[in-house]
Amino acid sequence: MKRSIPTFPVSWQAIFSLAMYGFMYGPILVLAVYSFNDSERYTSVWRGFSLRWYETLFQDQRIFQALQDTLVVAFVAVGIASVVGTLMAIGLAKYRFPGKSLYRGVSYLPLIVPDIAIAVATLVFLASIAVPLSIWTIIAAHLVFCLAYVALVVSSRLNGLDPHLEEAALDLGANPAQALVKVLLPELMPAIVSGCLLAFVLSVDDLLISSFTAGSGANPLPIEIFSRIRTGVKPDMNALSVLLILTSGMIAALAEYLRYKGESR
Amino acid sequence: MDASPSKPGVSKFGGQFWNKLQTLAGPLALLGPSGLWLVLFLVLPTLLILDISLVPGLRPGTVPGAYGFGNYSQVFNPFDPAFDPVYIQVIWRSIYYAAGTTCACLVLGFPVAYWLALMAPRRWRNLLVVAFVLPLWTSSLLRAYAWTSILRPTGLLNSLILWINGMVPGLEIPTQDWLYTRTAVLIGLTYSFLPYMVLILYASLEKLDRSLLEASADLGANPRQTFLKVTVPQSLPGIAAGCLLVFITSMGDFVVPTLLGGASSMTISRLIYNQFLGITRNWGLGSSLSMVLILAVSVAIALLLKYGDRSSVTET
Repeated sequence: MKRSIPTFPVSWQAIFSLAMYGFMYGPILVLAVYSFNDSERYTSVWRGFSLRWYETLFQDQRIFQALQDTLVVAFVAVGIASVVGTLMAIGLAKYRFPGKSLYRGVSYLPLIVPDIAIAVATLVFLASIAVPLSIWTIIAAHLVFCLAYVALVVSSRLNGLDPHLEEAALDLGANPAQALVKVLLPELMPAIVSGCLLAFVLSVDDLLISSFTAGSGANPLPIEIFSRIRTGVKPDMNALSVLLILTSGMIAALAEYLRYKGESR
Repeated sequence: MDASPSKPGVSKFGGQFWNKLQTLAGPLALLGPSGLWLVLFLVLPTLLILDISLVPGLRPGTVPGAYGFGNYSQVFNPFDPAFDPVYIQVIWRSIYYAAGTTCACLVLGFPVAYWLALMAPRRWRNLLVVAFVLPLWTSSLLRAYAWTSILRPTGLLNSLILWINGMVPGLEIPTQDWLYTRTAVLIGLTYSFLPYMVLILYASLEKLDRSLLEASADLGANPRQTFLKVTVPQSLPGIAAGCLLVFITSMGDFVVPTLLGGASSMTISRLIYNQFLGITRNWGLGSSLSMVLILAVSVAIALLLKYGDRSSVTET
């Protein structure tokens, strides 16, 4: 019998794919290697192993202040979004009302409209109602896309749930709030957590929306990194990259594990 | 029986009101907070942008002038005295980058997705997919930054070229400053968005009915025919979805053109940024450019919903 899919141990697709894995990880590896380079300034010449750039980084107060701002924004925005976004997903799955598809469409806008357009609109809006820019305006703006991502992930999980589950709980005498907390919520938990992790990573990564809503009061990490690296290569930023990439790698692994667990149930 | 005739009416009205409130309480509690937030921080701001895009030359601190299409005609109408061809050039450049990135991602991504979906060992498949998209979880800023150190004049790429030149006698590949060129921007954008393309194509190819491929082979088609007549048409919705998604996101990207493109490769998102946070501040013009970008993206989404495989996008 002829086979349409060749099963040689090494096909050209496999070699090509391997090269593409190299393409994806190569630059990150280069970044990591040069963060350990023992040079006065940044060069591509290897001058031996050193942790000097990590020492420079850990003595940098501005970086820690920026990291703190970023984490405050991400935790508060994602914390609120986890509740509000989940409620929205449940509401959209449960009720029919006029304008529902418009509601759903608007809620998906932050996922697809370029950040710059949302950032600009938010700035103009805040200026027009004369709200001073601060860390709270960043949180308010981040909440929009955070709740959109949480709602998206929870919605897709809700689609795969048995719709009679909640009815059964109600028939057995639970009130609607009990049915929500005791029956629906445990089923949705993996989706809520992975939606939150996604929103967290996006919030921590966001440059544009933060830049337009930060003012001078707050200085999240992406703004600080951007202002440093646009003027050239800074080895202490390589060191920071390595630490951030390791952290986000762990978050990603956790998220994928949760998704895998959610799917296999 | 001695109750006044109006009383049942009142309580009936009150009961209706209460019932109505009760039926509304659920939807309001679930959909109210997010709806309020979306209206406040997404719908109203976008309408506001539309509004001020119709005020020519609006700058912070100035008194707004009369409504008009001045900002749009400054960009698109060559007969306008204020017309500057640079805006059209910027829009074309953004489209060029987006189209180039989309092609590169499709050409590089399809074999990877094909291998992952149909050829990779089944046991490792999930892990391999996760490994390919893992870089998406790291900072986009730092991934673009990683390329600056490779593409610089004294960077790794030129060192590599010199090393190859040294190894092979007679070979003289010219070294150049790759940074701040179109090539650099296209490499950076492709690097940023390739995982999205692979993910969407994988989702589409994975759903492919394998018995179709076997049937095609049994009926005498060679692998190339099977690929062109069965695999590609079957995964066309996924290809359309992936291409449109990469096109939209790369057209609006800010970080890569700024870090790898330098001053010569202004794109629409950078231009909008400059109208608000840069030196040349013109909120009216910035808003109109922003509306153009939103419109372009909306057209792309409409195409996606019409021709693309929606499920493959919402799943990922």
